[in-house]
Amino acid sequence: MASATNKFSGFNLFSLALGLAFLYLPIVILVIYSFNASRLVTVWGGWSLRWYSEFFNDRAMLDAAWMSFRVAATSATLATLLGTLAAVALSRGRRFKGRALFSGMLYAPLVMPEVITGLSLLLLFVALDAERGFRTVTVAHTTLTMCFVAVVVQSRLGSLDSSLEEAAMDLGCDPARAFLAVTLPLILPAIVAGWMLAFTLSLDDLVIASFTTGPGSATLPIRIYSEVRLGVKPEINAICTLIVGLIALLIIAASFAAKLSNARGDSAAPL
Amino acid sequence: MSARRTFTRPARLAAIAPYLWMVLFFLVPFGFVLKISLSQTAIAQPPYLPVFDLAAGAGAIKAAFAALSLDNFRLLVSDDLYVLSYLRSLVVAAVSTSVLLLIGYPVAYGMARLPRRWQSVTMMLVIVPFWTSFLIRIYAWINILQHDGLLNQVLLALHLVSAPVVWLSTDSAMYLGIVYSYLPFMILPLYATLAKMEPALLEAAADLGASPRTAFWQVTFPLSLPGVGAGALLCFIPIVGEFVIPDLLAGSSSMMIGQTLWLEFFTNKDWPVASAAAVVLLVLLLAPLVLYDRLQRRQLEGAR
Repeated sequence: MASATNKFSGFNLFSLALGLAFLYLPIVILVIYSFNASRLVTVWGGWSLRWYSEFFNDRAMLDAAWMSFRVAATSATLATLLGTLAAVALSRGRRFKGRALFSGMLYAPLVMPEVITGLSLLLLFVALDAERGFRTVTVAHTTLTMCFVAVVVQSRLGSLDSSLEEAAMDLGCDPARAFLAVTLPLILPAIVAGWMLAFTLSLDDLVIASFTTGPGSATLPIRIYSEVRLGVKPEINAICTLIVGLIALLIIAASFAAKLSNARGDSAAPL
Repeated sequence: MSARRTFTRPARLAAIAPYLWMVLFFLVPFGFVLKISLSQTAIAQPPYLPVFDLAAGAGAIKAAFAALSLDNFRLLVSDDLYVLSYLRSLVVAAVSTSVLLLIGYPVAYGMARLPRRWQSVTMMLVIVPFWTSFLIRIYAWINILQHDGLLNQVLLALHLVSAPVVWLSTDSAMYLGIVYSYLPFMILPLYATLAKMEPALLEAAADLGASPRTAFWQVTFPLSLPGVGAGALLCFIPIVGEFVIPDLLAGSSSMMIGQTLWLEFFTNKDWPVASAAAVVLLVLLLAPLVLYDRLQRRQLEGAR
């Protein structure tokens, strides 16, 4: 099938392998050293779970982790709702007044430097005299992550044929039912992926959370950051490993969900 | 056609909630940044003057407007600290983006030439690090680069160096961290355009006598330019305002504008100057942002 010009060459393999090794090696090393019994990062003192128990006894760190978890779950859910609505509007709404502004506002935060987003949101919260803490960080994260959800869902909607919805409506469904019965099941994998992306982005964010949170309600990245500034600490390795593990679980779950729904989609659409 | 029931109108109604949300929490806040960038620093809570007080009536508001000034912007252009920060940010972003292109292109090209079923696996492998925390990935590099970290141990063991090399707090460490963190953002749009490319085009080029190298430069590369543009913007814009990576990996001798802004805000508590710095940064990034918006719209909405 493939001609000589399209063959996968040794150079292709080399650059691919090197690129992937570059992406993964540091994380692998970080994970391995989280199980190091020695306090010194340089000396391998055998396997141990010491740093994990240290983390589970660190009250301040646990509080921060709990705060981050609540913010991530709440903001991801809000962002998924709003982002999906935005994606539907952009991909099925054709032209409407203010559409360019709308899509601009949704795409800009994807690349906007976080210091700008964080500062501007803080100034808004100060002007509104809102008490800074869980709620303000959640609003800030929702604003950022709904844009990612919108893009993920929109690209899925773009690859779907809108004639399916139209057929459902020709057959007597009202738009809401057509959406729930036809569109929603088809875009569900993208919505799930969007939620997870929003969740991990929120769990990860340092800059915007630093601007928008108040005293006494630090998120996990804020705590980690202040520890990392002082140098490498094995406990941080353990926390990072737990986060990486959590995210890996989420990704595995997501790809299973995608596989399941794909299999269903294939068998349901032999048109 | 127009008499048919379509999805269009209800879909437009779906825009209302996200639209209001983004206006309130994305657009309006810029107004506050602009306003406070024109205010004066004060030792108060919040630390700026004047504070608009709508209850005080029109006279007070007029007085507040009269008190607005361009002093903060004058400071920004006259003080070397800021000018150098902006310059450094632009240079760092430009250099990093070029390096990212040089590394990302071959990887994306390799991915696009894999057999189909392997493509989705490698795609997944490239996306996964993007899902793991930025901060964790930088911390992972601190582990490796520190004085007695793995890199120095390996170099010493191989007798490539005789004494530990200082890697942390250098520009090279910062560039490494930036390239590492942004690589998926460069690879994915490049891969997206390269994978869409018709293989028949290369066969045609070969049939017409082009060597693989000529075919690459005459056919593949020009056709991949939208991906190059998207990847470059997706990296360049946020790198200009990057804070975490230079703060943790680069030395303290010169700062990027994200660090300067952070310092003004959190350490010096000078909100007006921080706001002015943000306004100038936004103006600098306006052209790339507009370009990015165009590309994004073309890609997601099939607009011309």
